Amino acid sequence: MTAMIDITNAKKTFTMHLQGGVELPVVHGVSFHVEPGECVVLSGPSGAGKSSILKMIFGNYRCDGGRIGIRHQGAVIDLAAAEPRQVLSVRRSTIGYVSQFLRAVPRVATIDVVAEPLIANGTARADAREKAGALLRRLNIPERLWALPPSTFSGGEQQRVNIARGFISDLPILLLDEPTASLDAANRAVVVELVGQKKREGVAMVAIVHDDEIRHLIADRIVDVTSFAAAA
Amino acid sequence: MVESKTVAPDDQPLLVADNLGKNYGRLVACRDVSFSLYPGEVLAIVGESGSGKSTLLQLLSAQLAASAGRVSYRMRDGVLRDLAELGEAERRFLFRTDWGYVHQDPAQGLRMAVSAGANVGERLMAVGWNHYGRIRDTASSWLERVEIDTGRIDDAPRTYSGGMRQRLQIARNLVTEPRLVFMDEPTGGLDVSVQARLLDLMRNLVSELGLAAIVVTHDLAVARLLSHRVMVMKGGRVIETGLTDQVLDDPREPYTQLLVSSILPA
Repeated sequence: MTAMIDITNAKKTFTMHLQGGVELPVVHGVSFHVEPGECVVLSGPSGAGKSSILKMIFGNYRCDGGRIGIRHQGAVIDLAAAEPRQVLSVRRSTIGYVSQFLRAVPRVATIDVVAEPLIANGTARADAREKAGALLRRLNIPERLWALPPSTFSGGEQQRVNIARGFISDLPILLLDEPTASLDAANRAVVVELVGQKKREGVAMVAIVHDDEIRHLIADRIVDVTSFAAAA
Repeated sequence: MVESKTVAPDDQPLLVADNLGKNYGRLVACRDVSFSLYPGEVLAIVGESGSGKSTLLQLLSAQLAASAGRVSYRMRDGVLRDLAELGEAERRFLFRTDWGYVHQDPAQGLRMAVSAGANVGERLMAVGWNHYGRIRDTASSWLERVEIDTGRIDDAPRTYSGGMRQRLQIARNLVTEPRLVFMDEPTGGLDVSVQARLLDLMRNLVSELGLAAIVVTHDLAVARLLSHRVMVMKGGRVIETGLTDQVLDDPREPYTQLLVSSILPA
């Protein structure tokens, strides 16, 4: 098989030096894989380590053991052992991440925040902005807001900007951390459509979704994280 | 293919520090620093005052002789050279053309009594430009790029605000299209709103020009916005290093955890 993501026995523990060196085991024995065109939803109660697993796949959290195989530019790279430059290369051309919260540079206009990942990959600015505009329109962000920085927007608007930024690229892997958390029904439906479109394009996705209805609509497979939860 | 023999330029480091150290008598300012910087990569060096980060920046930019180890730099001909063994002409070439150095205090990096246009144009003349009109046009387009009203081109920077001076210093450094820029607390003495604008500007310029940069800062927010990689220094040593978001979101060393947890929420 040509899995896009193949995780074997990944492990994460936090050591809290400021709290007397307390060891905080998060997950261990994390093993699952994701095929192209498939959306795997991580399930489990809050604190079970779902977000931590996503962050490990993105290289944002370091892995304390095991292997995170990512198909990147035709070869498999182990992100758990990769150099910073390799992780950056993976993020540029293979893995996109839609976080729960938007972290944008203060002064940048919404349309440019959304277009940035495309421009970084060499798309002409005008084309990138056009595509960004189309996505923003689809996510019901009125055009009069596009020139403003998103920091002044409501939570739901910021999240939609974040989704547009995450979905604009043609990356083969997408990680979604509660993409519909603060959206109304109409916009949730748009996200479901966008996920469906990505599946048809062969994108492999890992998502965290608390809403049962959305989970039912987008999940091809559910991986229960509880079994990976480290015994505290 | 013409270049089939050579490795792609991005796969070769631009600057290599090898067991670098500096003592002042018995006082160790910095020691055992090794890393490679690649083209287009921005490295932040963070740590509190006295951690050795400014000493390290001076060693890396050949302004201070190392007590141990060495720094090598890939010259434009592709050859990696030990900085300590460069001739005077080669060293001058680096300082005038291939490198930029942005000081925390713009007064150190600018000539405060001559016009803004001359501050930018001077770097061009140093590399052989001699056509006044072209120099002035280029200076003027750089002032625009750093968002300085070109109507102020004939004014001396001592009449500029702090933020404008810092942007002018950046224009002066970048006009020769350097491949590597050193920055020492570039947003140091500025108001928060001025800082945000400068950071946004630097971030865009660095990515548009594909610059490599080494930025010394005590401000983790600056490191997060500008850098790909970060080195945390304490007591003259590098105690933790990695991808910037990794080190800031998942710090391992006690001191790094302390630094990260000491940020006041805005």
